[in-house]
Amino acid sequence: MREITYRQALNEALAEELERDPNVFLMGEEVAEYQGAYKVSHGLLERFGPRRIIDTPISENGFAGLGVGAAMVGLRPIIEFMTFSFSLVAFDQVVNNAPNMYTMSGGQFNIPIVFRGPNGPAHQLGATHSHATENFYASVPGLKVCAPATPRDAKGLLKTAVRDNNPVLVLEAELLYSSKGMVEPPDEELLIPLGKAEVKREGSDVSVICYSQTVPLALKVAAQLEDEDISAEVVDLRSIKPLDEKAIFDSVAKTHRVVVVEQDHPFCGVGAEVCYRIQKNIFDQLDAPIMRVSQEDVPMPYNERLEHAVLPNAEKLLTAVKQVCYA
Amino acid sequence: MTAMQPVEQRDEVEMLSLMLLIRRFEERASQQYQAQKIGGFCHLYIGQEAVVAGAVAAVRDDDYIITAYRDHAHALARGTSANACMAELFGKETGCSRGLGGSMHFFDKQHHMYGGHAIVAAHVPLAVGLAFAIKYRGEDRVTLCFFGDGAINQGAFHEALNLAALYKLPVVFICENNLFAMGTSVKRSTSLKQIVDRAEGYDIPGEIVDGMNFREVRDKIAEVVDSIRKEPHPAFLEARTYRYRGHSMSDPASYRTKEELEKYRLDDPITRLRAQLTREGKLTNEQFDRLDKQAKETVMAAVKFAENSPEPPLDKLYDYTYADGAVEPGVPAAPERPEGGPRATPKQPADRAAATEDRR
Ligand SMILES: Cc1ncc(C[n+]2csc(CCOP(=O)(O)OP(=O)(O)O)c2C)c(N)n1
Ligand SMILES: [Mg+2]
Repeated sequence: MREITYRQALNEALAEELERDPNVFLMGEEVAEYQGAYKVSHGLLERFGPRRIIDTPISENGFAGLGVGAAMVGLRPIIEFMTFSFSLVAFDQVVNNAPNMYTMSGGQFNIPIVFRGPNGPAHQLGATHSHATENFYASVPGLKVCAPATPRDAKGLLKTAVRDNNPVLVLEAELLYSSKGMVEPPDEELLIPLGKAEVKREGSDVSVICYSQTVPLALKVAAQLEDEDISAEVVDLRSIKPLDEKAIFDSVAKTHRVVVVEQDHPFCGVGAEVCYRIQKNIFDQLDAPIMRVSQEDVPMPYNERLEHAVLPNAEKLLTAVKQVCYA
Repeated sequence: MTAMQPVEQRDEVEMLSLMLLIRRFEERASQQYQAQKIGGFCHLYIGQEAVVAGAVAAVRDDDYIITAYRDHAHALARGTSANACMAELFGKETGCSRGLGGSMHFFDKQHHMYGGHAIVAAHVPLAVGLAFAIKYRGEDRVTLCFFGDGAINQGAFHEALNLAALYKLPVVFICENNLFAMGTSVKRSTSLKQIVDRAEGYDIPGEIVDGMNFREVRDKIAEVVDSIRKEPHPAFLEARTYRYRGHSMSDPASYRTKEELEKYRLDDPITRLRAQLTREGKLTNEQFDRLDKQAKETVMAAVKFAENSPEPPLDKLYDYTYADGAVEPGVPAAPERPEGGPRATPKQPADRAAATEDRR
């Protein structure tokens, strides 16, 4: 194991998959000559050439659709959105074409495509550039959605996504790109299955269910809670869809108290689905109502203080945990 | 790769019988729709037959074809059986999309028919992707992308044309200009004097063809495709045509005059090709009648086939949402193949083989 950044981990995943399979190509705005808007594709143009690392004009609908078409005849495109906020311009391709084709063609055309890029609020980018899109996309049958929080998960999930025979969204996070973590050496194949959560920290009093940017937040708060004699278990979903119900239920059966901390909006958010499944399947295990911590239900303000107030943050999470623990 | 078949060798009488098959198929579909055997939306191609017939006569069987929702003819022209097409309209398991697609979503992988797409212009980027794959693999195939006059004002269309021109991709954009998008005439939707001028904005060579004239469509597409095979590039054709029926089954088409319709009826593409062939001594009246009778019989048999086919079973409802399988860990990908890299393992119910048999 060695320590690398989330950005490097993604870069390694891309390079390894491009190396392994000549049908894989990377396409998006600024992925080639500029080396990636967030430098995730750094060095790939030099290594794989312009046939496989392809700069596009600012045409998300166009190049997302190009990817779907190429996937119909067996190529395995990786389409980078500069951020998932811009994927909204390609919503029709991601929602109508990629996941519907397999059904509409009676199973003749599956679409092995990856849509990837940073997702969720970054820092003071304002309303148009701060969208957390996971709940929109996870509600679409035919799509798979993952949102890795650590370099290791980022690498392993992206590689798995490229090999999957369906459209997979890999939701990265701008604020995580420079974060570091331990990852297997490059000569060791690292594949992390979709639909498998991971307990990032064991605990016995409360389950904090999180993903992507809320994982470091949950870990920070869990450490703080230790001082107050509350033992929090941090369950990182890693994949939003498919959802690892078993991991959630196992943790809840152990702690009997739950807080879901998510980076999307509260209305129809990921946490709503998680809550529904817990109460439906293991209602008797609960010792307290489930709490959710999410963004506030407003468009993202630019002002830093207000932005902080909108985002799920440590104060809110601490309060929620204490509430479910009746502490 | 099969060598380019010289265009003249595609038997024109055979293409006339294709046009007859399309016409009779659509008429019968209309009748079955009225009898409520067919659900949803249903858009007929009657009047436009020369466009798709001319196009398929000009290309190879392994070239790619993709179109919008007025797609029955494109599947038939590609070689999808009338049985599979009618069964799809009936929502039956033996349909070309197993009854899961319906009128607007015909697919036939074996015949390189890539749909059947019902969001106006959303398939134009897909066509560019098909062409991208052709060039990526260094093949000499061509993609034919059909769409209506209503599609040319969509963002997806513009983005796709720019990408095709930028990357010099082998795709022919064929605008089937039937003068109307539902009830909106081109005059009321488009700022240009002629649609073909859209291509100029992207430095794509464009031409107008008489879409009621089979030979003109065929020869123009053959010429363009020949040039593309030598050196990949996009091209644009505006085929001027007319639909004799309403936009869909529910449309009485009151936005156009009887006189206009009559004018185009007199220019019927089937009558035209028939007259050309008769004049040249290549077709007798008896032959024509025989071809027409054959077309009608094929379509009647297709109705029977569709009627007797099973519904898609309820217990397979979840089978076509996600494809199984993935590349196995540690197994290097197969080298680039014409049909692409690792495919999904299709779910193969025991009765699938039989259904496939019936389709052909
Ligand atoms: C994005 C989108 N908007 C609207 C529609 C509804 N609609 C279906 S067909 C059509 C007219 C399209 O006309 P045209 O492209 O000329 O094709 P034609 O029907 O003449 O073959 C419209 C508006 C749609 N299917 N998709
Ligand atoms: Mg039209």
